[in-house]
Amino acid sequence: MTVVLNQSFTGVGIGAVLLLVALGLTLTFGQMGVINMAHGEFIMAGAYTAYVLQRSVDGTGLSLLLALPPAFLVAGTIGALLEWLLVRRLYARPLDTLLVTWGVSLMLQQLARDVFGAPNVQTRAPDLLTGNVSVAGVTLAANRLAILGLALLSVLALTLVLRLTPLGRRIRAVVQNRDLAEVSGIATERVDRTTFFIGSGLAGVAGVALTLVGPIGPTMGTNYIVDAFLVVVVGGIGQLKGSVITAFALGVLQSVLEYSTTVSVAKVAVLVAIVAFLQWRPQGLYTLRTRSLA
Amino acid sequence: MTTTAPPGPASATTRPRASTPRRLRAPAAFLLGAVLLLGAAPLALPDSRLNLLAKYLCYAIVAVGVSLAWGRGGLLVLGQGVFFGLGGYAMAMHLKLADAATAGERLPDFMLLYGSSDTLPWWWQPFADPAFALAMTVLLPMTVAGLLGFLVFRRRVKGAYFAILSQALAAALSIWLVGQQATTGGTNGLTGIQGFFGYDLADPVNQRMVYFVIAVALLLLMAAARQLFVSRYGELLVAVRDSEERVRFLGYDPANVKLVAYVVAAGMAGLAGALFVPAVGIISPALIGIVPSIGFVIGAAVGGRASLVGAVLGAVAVAWAQSTLSDAFPAAWTYLQGLLFVLVVGFLPGGLASLGALRRTRRRAPASVRAAAPTTSAVATASTKETA
Amino acid sequence: MSGAALTVRNLRVTFDGFTAVDGVDLDIAPGDLRFLIGPNGAGKTTLVDAVTGLVRATGSVRFGDEELLGRPVHRIARLGIGRTFQTATVFEQLTVEQNLDIAAGAGRGAWTMLRRRRAVPERVERALETTGLADLRDRPAGVLAHGQKQWLEIGMLLVQDVRLLLLDEPVAGMSHEEREATGELLRRVGEDHTVVVIEHDMDFMRAFARSVTVLHAGKVLSEGSVAEVRADAEVQEVYLGRASVVAGEG
Repeated sequence: MTVVLNQSFTGVGIGAVLLLVALGLTLTFGQMGVINMAHGEFIMAGAYTAYVLQRSVDGTGLSLLLALPPAFLVAGTIGALLEWLLVRRLYARPLDTLLVTWGVSLMLQQLARDVFGAPNVQTRAPDLLTGNVSVAGVTLAANRLAILGLALLSVLALTLVLRLTPLGRRIRAVVQNRDLAEVSGIATERVDRTTFFIGSGLAGVAGVALTLVGPIGPTMGTNYIVDAFLVVVVGGIGQLKGSVITAFALGVLQSVLEYSTTVSVAKVAVLVAIVAFLQWRPQGLYTLRTRSLA
Repeated sequence: MTTTAPPGPASATTRPRASTPRRLRAPAAFLLGAVLLLGAAPLALPDSRLNLLAKYLCYAIVAVGVSLAWGRGGLLVLGQGVFFGLGGYAMAMHLKLADAATAGERLPDFMLLYGSSDTLPWWWQPFADPAFALAMTVLLPMTVAGLLGFLVFRRRVKGAYFAILSQALAAALSIWLVGQQATTGGTNGLTGIQGFFGYDLADPVNQRMVYFVIAVALLLLMAAARQLFVSRYGELLVAVRDSEERVRFLGYDPANVKLVAYVVAAGMAGLAGALFVPAVGIISPALIGIVPSIGFVIGAAVGGRASLVGAVLGAVAVAWAQSTLSDAFPAAWTYLQGLLFVLVVGFLPGGLASLGALRRTRRRAPASVRAAAPTTSAVATASTKETA
Repeated sequence: MSGAALTVRNLRVTFDGFTAVDGVDLDIAPGDLRFLIGPNGAGKTTLVDAVTGLVRATGSVRFGDEELLGRPVHRIARLGIGRTFQTATVFEQLTVEQNLDIAAGAGRGAWTMLRRRRAVPERVERALETTGLADLRDRPAGVLAHGQKQWLEIGMLLVQDVRLLLLDEPVAGMSHEEREATGELLRRVGEDHTVVVIEHDMDFMRAFARSVTVLHAGKVLSEGSVAEVRADAEVQEVYLGRASVVAGEG
């Protein structure tokens, strides 16, 4: 029983990481349809922001918390810049966007190598987050718990922004009918850029969180990017709740499979499960039904 | 009452499709390519360079398939590394077994080193048979592509979803291979291959032979792909790319049309992987994961995805630049590679091949095409002719 | 007259609780030139979508002896049912002739598919003449004018060898001359095909319809000859804008 619980919690932990890295994509890919392969490098930018801050401010673990806003800003700004320079010219060609942003991701990785060096670096976690927490005989890693909290908090914040603020209403209007939104006086270009800014900023937040569970390096983003896209694909385009459910489901599945087989076999099995799932729901878990062709 | 239309004067006759010089252009280009690859290159290049060229030509073979599936069919195949790898591993498994047999061992060298068991895994055993292994280099990738394509296209999973899934497949295969150290060589892959069907690969003469095999394979596959491009199937594939739904209403199942292109491209990648092994002497997870898989698409994109020759030249050029520049200026090369990709894909989607085509069309058709087209009068006259 | 009758019984299409087609019965005899009219949202296009397999529906749609509901789109097309769309969809990168050749080829074997197109099939040549596009055969379809694209679509249906043509607003956005020409084309096509046309344009309908079905709020409101339908009081109400009265009844 404890094994099952432990394994499920490990899965929830993996799911929280997946959710956090995929959350920005639910905006840029899910809402705007942009396949941004440089999203992984925005995560990296957030992680390096935390690293720089920790070295220059005080060197203790608490600076990770302080790093969240600047990481959001740094990654968001790079994202908005990318949108302005390239992505907006390619809205009609989603597959080309994928390749172009991959070129950008190559350059950003090299930039990180030139600035911070090729070897991985580490941040120091706050003492509070280094140990384990025991609840009812189940051992929970404190850092995973913190990531889970951050992920849920981010989802909550994003939901509130989309539901309640004028900006959120504009974002949803543009997604549902761009032309109508435009003639209704919404500056769609600005909404696009803002959406991209928030989506990329969330990658920065994810980057700070990832420093708790692994090293910071130029290629850290590539390890997560494909999994993050899979979460959005399975969750369903434009549906936040789909991504949330999917992230945790994939996390638990991965962890259970890892326990019963090996990490590498689990990876393949999860992919097989995803392809099988898409047989049942090709548009993902939640879809917006429309009448339009194609 | 008349029938719908009386046969017009031009109907049912074969119209001349192209003037003679244009019809001869493709065979002439093919001949030129053959002379360059089979005659000039072996004479002009020292052995080490020729060996490198052999490696680039393997990438070019993958690019032929990419050009078919992506350029014509619009299927962004981001997981060609999987098929390249399946072909490569199938070939390398056989060659490792053959090497072991020559050395008098029961197992390939890495298994003796890492393996926990002293018997050959069951799924290795059939690869001792050369015919089986050779067939598998192509059939294995085609089967995997057929299975995935069938499931994915049938449910109309397309565009970005398909690209991401094929990418995930590349990631999964390379991770799986790394995890199976004892039976696949893990991160190292299958290395140190010495013989190729009885020929010693250390001998430069035999390396030349491998080069010729690869060059001939490339030329033949290019000819086959060209036939597909100009065939009715090729036209249908473009139609599916541009409007899948419309094709469905004409009575075709677009899933099958796409499946053919995907499976053929996978077979080509598999063969390329198989030929890569004797030319380079290694196949490993690092050669088939996400990054090399995107690399296969880059070359085709830079040269021109829809143009067969463009894709092939692009693949060779990018591979050449990669190995030449990345040694001398590693950082600068990465920036250049990224920039090249951003600029070409973003602002010249037809690739470098479209530069030539662009100039040609500008010269030929200066006036607005639409202005020259008769509109209603044609239908009107056609109708009066028949109601009369 | 060759061809089979289209028999629709109790057809119902629902989108997330909204019923777009609500129990429609429809009989279209072979050789008919039927116009489907009705205000926006009446369910005309959805009806055609259901018949051609684009949306799921309940009830029954038979073409001759074959039940269509539940079959995939391309199988329905192969039974001899073709359609056009409100916005002309042709393969813009391909030439007019290539468009027609593809439309003519759904039954081709692998060997034919793998070879180059050399001779122009007679059917294609005839369709080029019928639609008046013979001079434009080597043009990419993307550069055609709007009306020409619609004719090309109709030509594609002709070479596809369909027995039933379903045309969704074929004259929308056309000039007066283009409408006339399209009407003539329809009349000639109607001589040996069954044709169903969705249309808003009343003048166009009066000039070319053989019979008319009026849809309103997903139901059949009236059916008959042009004169009969025009005399129908309910139809007049709907088209005079007092639609709510009728909707309240159904």
